[in-house]
Amino acid sequence: MRSILWRKFKDRSALVVITVLAFLPALPLFHILYGIFRLGLPAFSWNFFTHLPTPPGEPDGGVGNAIVGTLMLSMLASVLAIPVGILSGVYLSEYARGRFGEVVRVAADVLQGVPSIVLGIVGYLWLVRPMGHFSALSGAVALSLMMLPVIVRSTEEILRMLPYTLREASLSLGVNYWRTVIKVLIPTGLVGITTGILVALSRIMGETAPLLFTAFGNPFWNFNPLQPVDALPLTVFKYAISPYQDWIRQAWGASAVLTLMVLGLNLISRILARRLSGDGK
Amino acid sequence: MGNKETIVDPRGPIIFDIRNLWAYYGEKPAVKGVTCKIPEKRVTAIMGPSGCGKTTFIRCLNRLHELSPGARVEGEIFLRGKNILEIDPVVVRRRVGMVFQKPNPFPTMTIYDNVLAGYKLLGIRLRREEADRLVEEALRKAALWDEVKDSLHKRGTYLSGGQQQRLCIARALAVKPEVLLMDEPTSALDPKSTAKIEELVVELKKTVTIVIVTHNIAQAGRVSDYAAFFYLGELVEFGPTSQLFTVPRDKRTEEFLKGKFG
Ligand SMILES: Nc1ncnc2c1ncn2[C@@H]1O[C@H](COP(=O)(O)OP(=O)(O)OP(=O)(O)O)[C@@H](O)[C@H]1O
Ligand SMILES: [Mg+2]
Repeated sequence: MRSILWRKFKDRSALVVITVLAFLPALPLFHILYGIFRLGLPAFSWNFFTHLPTPPGEPDGGVGNAIVGTLMLSMLASVLAIPVGILSGVYLSEYARGRFGEVVRVAADVLQGVPSIVLGIVGYLWLVRPMGHFSALSGAVALSLMMLPVIVRSTEEILRMLPYTLREASLSLGVNYWRTVIKVLIPTGLVGITTGILVALSRIMGETAPLLFTAFGNPFWNFNPLQPVDALPLTVFKYAISPYQDWIRQAWGASAVLTLMVLGLNLISRILARRLSGDGK
Repeated sequence: MGNKETIVDPRGPIIFDIRNLWAYYGEKPAVKGVTCKIPEKRVTAIMGPSGCGKTTFIRCLNRLHELSPGARVEGEIFLRGKNILEIDPVVVRRRVGMVFQKPNPFPTMTIYDNVLAGYKLLGIRLRREEADRLVEEALRKAALWDEVKDSLHKRGTYLSGGQQQRLCIARALAVKPEVLLMDEPTSALDPKSTAKIEELVVELKKTVTIVIVTHNIAQAGRVSDYAAFFYLGELVEFGPTSQLFTVPRDKRTEEFLKGKFG
């Protein structure tokens, strides 16, 4: 009798422990979100979003240039990484048989493991040194190298999931393989491929390290990809380590903007993923 | 090996003249030296136990076989006198359409676009009226028009299995092929949908040659004019269905029809 009660008790307590542990990873996330928004949201104002930074102590400074820079960097990196990533993913899923495919696959996996600061150095060596100055483009190259493996592998996986009968349906109509890929496979896997791209984007938007010796930072408006630009993570980095109260306040604000962007992307990709598994049959 | 007496040439016009056809997966032959003639605007049923090479055989006829990894074809397949193994497979597949075991409409396309897929995927532009006409004609031929005419712009995947299979037939017919290959087109369907497709097959032979693989002996008896019996990759017997069913010339055919294997 006692032993049954004892076992029941053990069972119950195990459940409690597991539940608490399961919640543990969510705890720091909520704590961070709470901290960022509590300290960051008060920094939000019209000027904060539209003005250039000001020297410490001068009022009305903003991070407008950094927002523009982050958007520019994300866009350029996407333009570079998306076509290459999708094409390599297609290659791996549809054409790669044997050794060469394996090499590409391993390369993508290794690239995914390379520390982001090293990719910054790559951007520096490839573009900054030859051009003689920092630029948004070099930063975007570094970021696109981070996006690439994510897009490649997710595209490959999504296409592999599509049934072979889908390819046969198209081929049997006299459509060649390449057109079948472009007109049937990619559209059918589009939701999944897009999800992969958004995941990749949300990973790079918050990166500081690859930008340190590439995009570099720039306290002025810049819309030219061949010139240095500011970016939100750079602003956070610079302001957060400064001793000035209002810069630190703005660092929180910039973190909040960045977090909202990433959360937004995550939300969109989640909605898309739900559509993929829901009616996407 | 199928010898002369068990392979009967059909009467009337011939569409496929197949000579010593071998099809391999790697080193392993799945179709072994098949020689026969397929009659035009008739239904030819391909029968045989599981794994005897029926699917492989018909996939040679539109050159889909060679897309399997390691696949290879030897021999000659004359389509109206021209060896299709020597012409562009894309051209062959426009002339020889195919319907598969499992209905496979394009999931991203509407019913309307599915029917026109043979044009749209190739980037062939059609005028609106012409497209409408093609869609209606193909869907009518596939006996699906009345059921879907009010929902042409819904996804093809919303239809029932049997309707999806008829949609796939319409899609194949829309490009006006000379031959329609069907690989067990009813094996994934309920009896009612099966009956509908069988009716359709008989109706379609007025305009198109049909080669249909079936596991179902009764179905072969109902729909086909000619029948082929495959065993372990060989064509054992070929002839008019009535003859093959009543007086089979090979013992293996007889045993198969009696349900001894398969
Ligand atoms: N992709 C493939 N790779 C290797 N061998 C294959 C492949 N497809 C089929 N085979 C082999 O070729 C032979 C013929 O197969 P096929 O699919 O043509 O038979 P089938 O008569 O259509 O059978 P079923 O009635 O089960 O559909 C079988 O022995 C099978 O194992
Ligand atoms: Mg088969």
